[in-house]
Amino acid sequence: MRRLTWFNTTALTFGFAFLYLPMVLLIAYSFNSSKLVTVWAGFSTKWYGELLHNVAFLDAAWVTLRVAVVSSTIATILGTMAALVLVRAGRFIGRTVFSGMIYAPLVMPEVITGLSLLLLFIGIGLDRGIFTVVLAHATFSMCYVSVVVSSRLATFDRSLEEAALDLGCSQISAFRLVTLPIIAPAVISGWLLAFTLSLDDLVIASFTTGPGATTLPIKIWSAVRLGVSPEINALSTLMISIVAIGVITASLVTKRNSLRRQAEERAAIQT
Amino acid sequence: MSEKIFEPWNDPNEKPLIQFQNVTKRFGDFVAIDNQSFDIYAQEFFALLGPSGCGKTTLMRMLAGFEAPTTGEILLAGQNMAPIPPNKRAVNMMFQSYALFPHLSVWENIAFGLKRDKMPKPEIEARVDEMLKLTRLEQFAKRKPHQISGGQRQRVALARSLAKAPKLLLLDEPLGALDAKLRQDTQFELMDIQEKTGTTFVIVTHDQEEAMTVASRVAVMDHGHIVQADTPARIYEMPNSVYVADFIGDVTILKGTASPRDGGYDIHFAEGQPALHAKSDIELSKGAACYLAIRPEKIAISADKPEGVANAVQGKILDIAYLGNISTYHVELPTGQVIKTQTANTRRLSRRSFTWEDQVWLSWTDTAGVLLAG
Repeated sequence: MRRLTWFNTTALTFGFAFLYLPMVLLIAYSFNSSKLVTVWAGFSTKWYGELLHNVAFLDAAWVTLRVAVVSSTIATILGTMAALVLVRAGRFIGRTVFSGMIYAPLVMPEVITGLSLLLLFIGIGLDRGIFTVVLAHATFSMCYVSVVVSSRLATFDRSLEEAALDLGCSQISAFRLVTLPIIAPAVISGWLLAFTLSLDDLVIASFTTGPGATTLPIKIWSAVRLGVSPEINALSTLMISIVAIGVITASLVTKRNSLRRQAEERAAIQT
Repeated sequence: MSEKIFEPWNDPNEKPLIQFQNVTKRFGDFVAIDNQSFDIYAQEFFALLGPSGCGKTTLMRMLAGFEAPTTGEILLAGQNMAPIPPNKRAVNMMFQSYALFPHLSVWENIAFGLKRDKMPKPEIEARVDEMLKLTRLEQFAKRKPHQISGGQRQRVALARSLAKAPKLLLLDEPLGALDAKLRQDTQFELMDIQEKTGTTFVIVTHDQEEAMTVASRVAVMDHGHIVQADTPARIYEMPNSVYVADFIGDVTILKGTASPRDGGYDIHFAEGQPALHAKSDIELSKGAACYLAIRPEKIAISADKPEGVANAVQGKILDIAYLGNISTYHVELPTGQVIKTQTANTRRLSRRSFTWEDQVWLSWTDTAGVLLAG
């Protein structure tokens, strides 16, 4: 194994500093007692307390959460269906076009997605609000879901489904009882991906939102334009900790499960 | 002897369980099964044997309902199977990959098909317990598929496919994933279970030894055709073609021309070699091209020219393959042909009589070889 030479150490330090210094500063200043963001005046947690009383932020957080849950659920259903067709249906007319179009939103500039959705909603006379934000988020995040799910389906053993049919399942119950439980981890991670995409989306939400449907990123963005307040630092720190806890828990659970599985497989060979 | 020999295919009164009637299956331009008609009888252990791509898996998948014949009909107990989807057929299949449901326990895997039939709970429990007992899996009922060994998985797959008591069980390379020793034990276990349950088994395999061991009849396939379907003994001793003779077991095939003599034929196979003689029922005109197929264990090897035998040729030992219980000698004739012979090693290695480059005589009777039309 390679040792940590001075070069490696420096590279590592710079890399991490580049990634995390901004966040560390933000977290540190969220505990600043001064109202001025750039002047340190002692440790305090008062901004967290104030945050709890800021109705505008709490409302925005609630809107964001609802949008994220609903839109990621819709995206997961649509994305999984699209993945099934792409992986399973074999060759059909327009398959290449279809698969290309599924992945296009991945590389499409968000401004364009947002603008075209806005034009659509205006065109069909849909009042903008939570509902339109949900639709917009489901639209752009379903392609992420279908990428995740179709890569799982590509390695899925088709004979499992045939076995289910052979044992008396209809096509639908074979999917529900066998395919879905097996690909569930991919579907869930697709949902989580869609959920986080929706949580932090600013561009598309600001195009498609209307009165009474201000999401948290929009709220933060507009608040910052009036000047960065320590309250926003506190809010951001909370968001960072929630995400960090989520990611760390998920990776610990995955790690533990795979270790347990390996141990069980070893045990199975010995018996 | 009052015991009846199990040979329903020779009994004209017996009704076949499965009938293939002029079945053809095409995938695009590729003809996987070419106009085949044959019958499988109840309680048979029928093996489809052939190299990969010969169409044996396609035949099996048509029985399961995963593929439909392009033309022709498949009848199960007299009923046309075409309109019946896989989940409504009294046919179950054991998959090559076992296809065990990884998220379900052994018990739930076996109960899966029964639950789909809406069988009452106590009956399901009784049936699953019975299957667990049959396959000796009682103590693994609560385990998940990844928590048991390969041999146990194979038995779960078998138990699951037998649980619904199908009229016909299809086995797709059922022992392919097991190591040689376990495979042999499992072959006997399969035969045992087949006998106990009285289910008709159709097995697909590319392993001729496996087919010969387990099956009541073996169908040797090549390029979408069943070349010969018969008992293992007849397939081995009376192959109907060079392909079957060559595919099953070890054999030496000599090409020559026939001339009738004494209820058999003289076979001229090389300039300067005496004609070989073989008894045969087949009709060959004088000078017709023919093949003589001789199994190595039917050829005797000796240092001196044997007296009073139908066929004797001299040659030089080219190769010796020592397999422990038997040795195979490759003997080259002065005219270039190589004949394989086998002897049982009844003596210890140090006392063996022949070695490389020895001049030896090979001899066999006039009924040892099989004469095939060219």
